[in-house]
Amino acid sequence: MTPKKLGLKQRYALMTRGLDWETTYQPMDKVFPYDRFEGIKIKDWSAWEDPFRLTMDAYWKFQGEKERKLYAVLDAFAQNNGQTGISDARYTNVLKLFLTGVSPLEYQAHRGFAFAGRHLRGVGPRVAAQMQSLDELRHVQTQIHTISHYNKYFDGLSEFRHMHDRVWYLSVPKSFFDDARTAGPFEYMIAIGFAFEYVLTNLLFVPFMSGAAYNGDMSTVTFGFSAQSDESRHMTLGIEVIKFLLEQDADNLPIVQRWVDKWFWRGHRVLGLVAMMMDYMLPKKVMSWKEAWEIYFTEAGGSLFTDLARYGLKVPKYADVATADAEHISHQNWATFYQYTHAAAFHTWMPDRAHMDWLSEKYPNTFDKYYRPRFEMWAEMEKQGQRFYNNSLPQLCQVCQIPMVYTEPGDPTKIAFRCSQVEGETYHFCSDGCKDIFDAEPQKYVQAWMPVQQIFQGNCGGASIPDVLAWYRLNAGADNMDYVGSPDEKLWNDWHAAAARAAG
Amino acid sequence: MAQIASITLLHNDDARPIIEAILADNPGCRVLNMPGAVKLDRDDELVVRRASVEARIGRAWDPQELQLVIVSMAGNLDEDDDHFTLSWKH
Amino acid sequence: MTVQIKTIDLEPRRQTFGHVARRLGGDKPASRYQEATFDLQPTDHFHYRPLWEPQFNIYDPRKTEVVMRDWYALLDPRQYYYGAYNIARANMNQAVERNFTFVEERDLFARADDGLKAKLVAGLLPVRHLHWGANMNMTEICQRGYGTAVTAPSIFSAGDHLGMAQIVSRIGLVIDRHTGTSLDTAKAAWMNAPEWQGVRQLIEDTLVERDWFQLFVAQALGVNAVLLDLVYACTEAAFGPVTIPVAMLTEFMADWAAEEGKWSDHVIKVVAAESAENAALVSAWARYWIDRAEAAGVALSGLLTGEGAAAVTAASAARARAARLGLTL
Repeated sequence: MTPKKLGLKQRYALMTRGLDWETTYQPMDKVFPYDRFEGIKIKDWSAWEDPFRLTMDAYWKFQGEKERKLYAVLDAFAQNNGQTGISDARYTNVLKLFLTGVSPLEYQAHRGFAFAGRHLRGVGPRVAAQMQSLDELRHVQTQIHTISHYNKYFDGLSEFRHMHDRVWYLSVPKSFFDDARTAGPFEYMIAIGFAFEYVLTNLLFVPFMSGAAYNGDMSTVTFGFSAQSDESRHMTLGIEVIKFLLEQDADNLPIVQRWVDKWFWRGHRVLGLVAMMMDYMLPKKVMSWKEAWEIYFTEAGGSLFTDLARYGLKVPKYADVATADAEHISHQNWATFYQYTHAAAFHTWMPDRAHMDWLSEKYPNTFDKYYRPRFEMWAEMEKQGQRFYNNSLPQLCQVCQIPMVYTEPGDPTKIAFRCSQVEGETYHFCSDGCKDIFDAEPQKYVQAWMPVQQIFQGNCGGASIPDVLAWYRLNAGADNMDYVGSPDEKLWNDWHAAAARAAG
Repeated sequence: MAQIASITLLHNDDARPIIEAILADNPGCRVLNMPGAVKLDRDDELVVRRASVEARIGRAWDPQELQLVIVSMAGNLDEDDDHFTLSWKH
Repeated sequence: MTVQIKTIDLEPRRQTFGHVARRLGGDKPASRYQEATFDLQPTDHFHYRPLWEPQFNIYDPRKTEVVMRDWYALLDPRQYYYGAYNIARANMNQAVERNFTFVEERDLFARADDGLKAKLVAGLLPVRHLHWGANMNMTEICQRGYGTAVTAPSIFSAGDHLGMAQIVSRIGLVIDRHTGTSLDTAKAAWMNAPEWQGVRQLIEDTLVERDWFQLFVAQALGVNAVLLDLVYACTEAAFGPVTIPVAMLTEFMADWAAEEGKWSDHVIKVVAAESAENAALVSAWARYWIDRAEAAGVALSGLLTGEGAAAVTAASAARARAARLGLTL
């Protein structure tokens, strides 16, 4: 007779939770040397709840099945030349931004969760973090495999690894993740597990993947949604971490609140790139950045922070500023890349009339008043052969590393500048949020590898723009500049001309 | 304002009976269709019941199979052999 | 609209990514393994030093004493990227499921009397904790190591050890008829039984080793090649009447050991062949950890087989293996 089958919770507890032990031949503090210095107090690791309770056998089974399905789609996409079926070749610039800016972060997350998966003292969070480390490796690898096919035809993708560690705007996501990776294991879990995976990830992935679906990129939709099925586990880990820390000791609250404030603002700045992608780069639009912000931050974040209020945790500082920014950030970012198109590894363009009308409709408070006139002027200059380029090197914010282009809260006509002094040096910031982050840990942020300063110091291949682009391995004339006139555009037009001829 | 429990699922053949089960078991559930995915929102709590899914697919179904079709979620998760519940209740 | 393939020129402009082409010596078609592995780890322009270890960069080749000109010389002979790895393990696990069903439905452990059951609990089940320690070590190698070629397979190995710890746990649940009491007894043995203390001390000593490549050698040649081989190879001598069901339920471990060994042997061989200095370091580490594992294994072997010979046999095999990898013991 077979005994009664165990329930999921009991089975998981028996198979996993008892595996660790209190070491006696070596002190526990030597086995786990990194989980004390941040000041987080944990009284009872066994109070950790494992919401998903995945054992390795179930993990292999589900993940193996997902991978089989995903690679079947990728193979079919390549065999059928799916790249010719996207809405427009402009769409591939979304993939360029994603592969150069986001995929390397997945790799960093993989190694970061291995760190947390080894060095947190409790077995429950450690197992969850290890699975997330595996998942994040999956994400970077499936992204490379998906976009590999586009790389065979389109520019701007080939040197994503080299560029991520060097190109000026890619230091925005890189420094974000370096910041998390160099923090202690608890801050890492709050930064990436909670603030990024729980509060902000939907703003990154759902727009990218719905955008891919709308624009005929079935391979990216498939990897994206497949990756998202892992994210729901990661989100759960993120929320469990924060609840656990807040329940364990009241002294953890101020530390956790500072991290939540910091990482919300850090993440918000990085996501400005997604805002620009949604509002300007998708040939067929899904929703505006502002609408996405309302659904995924105001509404979803509202429920979350209402729930966390019972521990005394407050909505992140400057959440109101970020919500007000949602009216501006995509326009200000696109304007920046348009001016610096010669130094970017993707193509830019001025929105056409229909696109501007869409922006007017989606941003009734700001687009016509502050941005449309400028964009119409630039479009007119283009027509007259006077396309506007900014040939200066911009000042960067010492924390988020974005050029100082953002405006004062409440006054979209005035650029915001903040600064702090450390040991006789002045450091500049784009916002109060970034200044606060710097002031809390100045010794960390003075170390930053600032792309513009590095160019001036002669560390980036030379003093001229062509020297720097060569050092970036940016293929000038192909990877950069406007879409109109690019090899990508020519290839796309040739395909469609040939198809039209064949159709008679 | 009510807190919203939410689940986003792929819009494919595997997920369709699960979506139907959710709509049947969660009165007042709101549906947002997106390209390739569907977001289901409900005030306070949203539950996926094993028995309801099984009744629609005619075979044994483990709530962990949601792993194959889930895209996103919001709420505190409680999962066991019979249900997968997202809730803001305590 | 998808363009009709025949009607237009769809000759690719390039075959692979720039960093992969430079590795292959030209723009050639690359495998999924190559594109998913080469140069993924950042090497330059780190923004900040780790708060917990400011003497190093986030990724830093100085976290081990061995030196490689190119850490991507350590390619995985199995060519595992995540998808290939998971599909392989999902397939192996199907056999595990079938075997557990077979053993449980026929109640094959019924032929073990209480004495033999107690021996299974005391002699086999505590190895789940050894797998857990191994899981920690392989996770550490992933986070601390240098270059995706070796760090990615290390997190796969960590997952494998967790999976094996859980398979051993399931054996316990078969024996104790799903009450979990056998796992408590086995943990008590792991903590206190004299036969396990050498093993536990060894694995605890590896948990504080901060040179990640020494840890790799300790894990591959000490823990895997001596201790785990000893436990799983002793099945017949140790558990006579239930040899077959135990062998069935640990079949995964036998298949895994053969496969993992191919990978770890290759890694150690390439590192040792790089320079005389590396060979000397790796040889010294191998000597130390095989000796330690042999000493720890004698008592365990006594518990399982009534004598220490099996530990000596396993250690001799590990030494012969190390010699084949170019080490001098």
